[in-house]
Amino acid sequence: MSTFDNPFDPERRLNRTGCSCGRHRSQAEHDAQLALQCAQIESEDKRYQGVVASAVMRAVFPKDAARRAFLKSVGASTALAALSQLFPLKTATDVFAQGGAIEKKDLKVGFIPITCATPIIMAHPMGFYSKHGLNVEVIKTAGWAVIRDKTLNKEYDAAHMLSPMPLAITLGAGSNPMPYTMPAVENINGQAITLATKHKDKNDPKVWKGFKFAVPFDYSMHNYLLRYYVAEHGIDPDQDIQIRAVPPPEMVANLRADNIDGFLGPDPFNQRAVYDGVGFIHILSKQLWEGHPCCAFAASKEFVTTMPNTYAALLKSIIDATAFAHKAENRKEIAAAIAPANYLNQPEIVLEQILTGTYADGLGNVKRDPNRIDFDPFPWQSFAVWILTQMKRWGQIKGDVDYKAVAEQVYLATDTAKLMKEVGLTPPTTSSKSFKVMGKEFDPAKPDDYLKSFAIKRV
Amino acid sequence: MGMTWRAAMVSLLLFGLFVGVWHLATMGSGPAVTMDPEYAKLVGATASQGKSAMPGPAEVGLKIWQHLKDPFYDRGSNDKGLGIQLAYSIARVMTGYLIAVAVAIPIGFLIGMSPLMNRSLDPFIQVLKPISPLAWMPLALYTIKDSSLSSIFVIFICSLWPMLINTAFGVASVRKEWLNVARTLEVGPFRRAFTIILPAAAPTILTGMRISIGIAWLVIVAAEMLVGGTGIGYFVWNEWNNLSITNVITAILVIGVVGMVLDQVLARATRLVTFPE
Repeated sequence: MSTFDNPFDPERRLNRTGCSCGRHRSQAEHDAQLALQCAQIESEDKRYQGVVASAVMRAVFPKDAARRAFLKSVGASTALAALSQLFPLKTATDVFAQGGAIEKKDLKVGFIPITCATPIIMAHPMGFYSKHGLNVEVIKTAGWAVIRDKTLNKEYDAAHMLSPMPLAITLGAGSNPMPYTMPAVENINGQAITLATKHKDKNDPKVWKGFKFAVPFDYSMHNYLLRYYVAEHGIDPDQDIQIRAVPPPEMVANLRADNIDGFLGPDPFNQRAVYDGVGFIHILSKQLWEGHPCCAFAASKEFVTTMPNTYAALLKSIIDATAFAHKAENRKEIAAAIAPANYLNQPEIVLEQILTGTYADGLGNVKRDPNRIDFDPFPWQSFAVWILTQMKRWGQIKGDVDYKAVAEQVYLATDTAKLMKEVGLTPPTTSSKSFKVMGKEFDPAKPDDYLKSFAIKRV
Repeated sequence: MGMTWRAAMVSLLLFGLFVGVWHLATMGSGPAVTMDPEYAKLVGATASQGKSAMPGPAEVGLKIWQHLKDPFYDRGSNDKGLGIQLAYSIARVMTGYLIAVAVAIPIGFLIGMSPLMNRSLDPFIQVLKPISPLAWMPLALYTIKDSSLSSIFVIFICSLWPMLINTAFGVASVRKEWLNVARTLEVGPFRRAFTIILPAAAPTILTGMRISIGIAWLVIVAAEMLVGGTGIGYFVWNEWNNLSITNVITAILVIGVVGMVLDQVLARATRLVTFPE
């Protein structure tokens, strides 16, 4: 049972049989509701009431079957009345809407030391967490697999993840399936392909046969973007080149040691390779897909449902920080705040180049691109659909995928929209949008056709 | 001049030579090409002035001094002084190691005293012993669900085997005559274990413990690099992350010194229990 389902509907089930998203009894009902949902008209009060009632019903009937039997025998209105006697639903709903008492003040949030995590990190020294009443400890973590395990272990309450990871965890690709949510994107753009200096005249990917590349993780935008980029140039990423997962900090060391020819990695390591004179920036990821998501703020579904107020406060801090980071005039200040050893542990000048977009390219030119990295919290569900098409394209997930249902379950666009409004931002009015990747249009409504259109794929 | 003095002189000379070669090797090549000054400001000294990527001895010396001057600073959860990081590592090593002592010595006694147990436990020991302790890490993280306990478990498992095997060997090779004397005096099995076998096997057991602490100290660095958070291994990883070779060299030296101290403590203890035959 999802948080936003009607808990008094005896027909609701855990497994999704009804419609494509699973929240409705039939596809027709789903379609009818969809228009409402996309436009964000669903009354806030009603939604809160639903959330609170869900929690209460879950507490009273931990087993779905028992709840359904009870509702069938007495009817929903009787159940609601009976429940209200036991538990003041109205008050509880009000408490939630006002962002009531925080259940847990001391939180641990894990991060990987890369500029993608800027909002999560800067929220600590710049006081965004304390502004929303939280005492957050941000903990540097050694790699993506470790951050995944520590979050699944509940050592971390929430964590910085690559945007495909919550999808992979929810689907059980590369780990045990566990319902995961991604309420906010941290950064868009901000990655690059860096090549070793010795390849400075090999700017055409067609001559890259036999190259060894590093990406941060198998389930990363980096992996999908690199594969997409070389495949568009007729290079098969599984046969013509070698792609391996290397933790970002080790990428520059490996490039210097000549273990790899290049990497599609997160900053600061692209700029760091230039700073140390071992590589040059071949192309920025924004030139492949302007506005692509990269890293994300993720939390388990359990955290979201058992501690709604803490979750709301935490998400608000992140959205607040993201909005602050979005403004170009704040970027220098942020670079100074996150450079110390406690956070990114990098020379300030490297971070400044990344965040302001005035940078040395490694070939002797100074380039200016203010959108080299940008920050935008909104988790477009179409991003998730695109990622799922690529997971399927490269054989990471098999069989039929209910793209839309998974995307809606994991990318919590409605929560983000609500909290964006609360901190004084204007959220988009839809949760899906189409975009272009290397000049090719992606229509989130037709993922299968999109997948079929590629020449190089593993499906 | 005594032998000790002469040896010390040679050691010093060798060290001086090493530092000299190191200094010359890391002098750098000077600016290779003329660079646009705006561009030069954006890149590091390695790229702009041809400075060697490897730090020289002066740089490392200065860094060590800075760390020694202020070993216990705490600037947040990810940036603590070298002293604090070492304390974390030593605490982890000691916990894992002491649990291993508590497990290995009784089982070692059992194996050493009973040929049946020796035969029946042997296949398990033979298979488990050669497993690299770090190979346990993913399994430990998955089952224990706590990264700090997982590294303690890894220390436990790696320091278990040398102690277990040495204890069993020491107990099994206590001289038969002594045991026979005990038997004629009708000494009970517990008294026999504590008053005859334990003192007789103590030097072998302590040698096993000395090997184990060495291995445990080797492994903690790797385990902490993998899991992160706190400890000297995390410090190395964090500085590697910053490509700060200077700090990495500092940490290497400190790790060496601590390892030596741990080893010497057990070497002293071994000498205390050694007896002339």
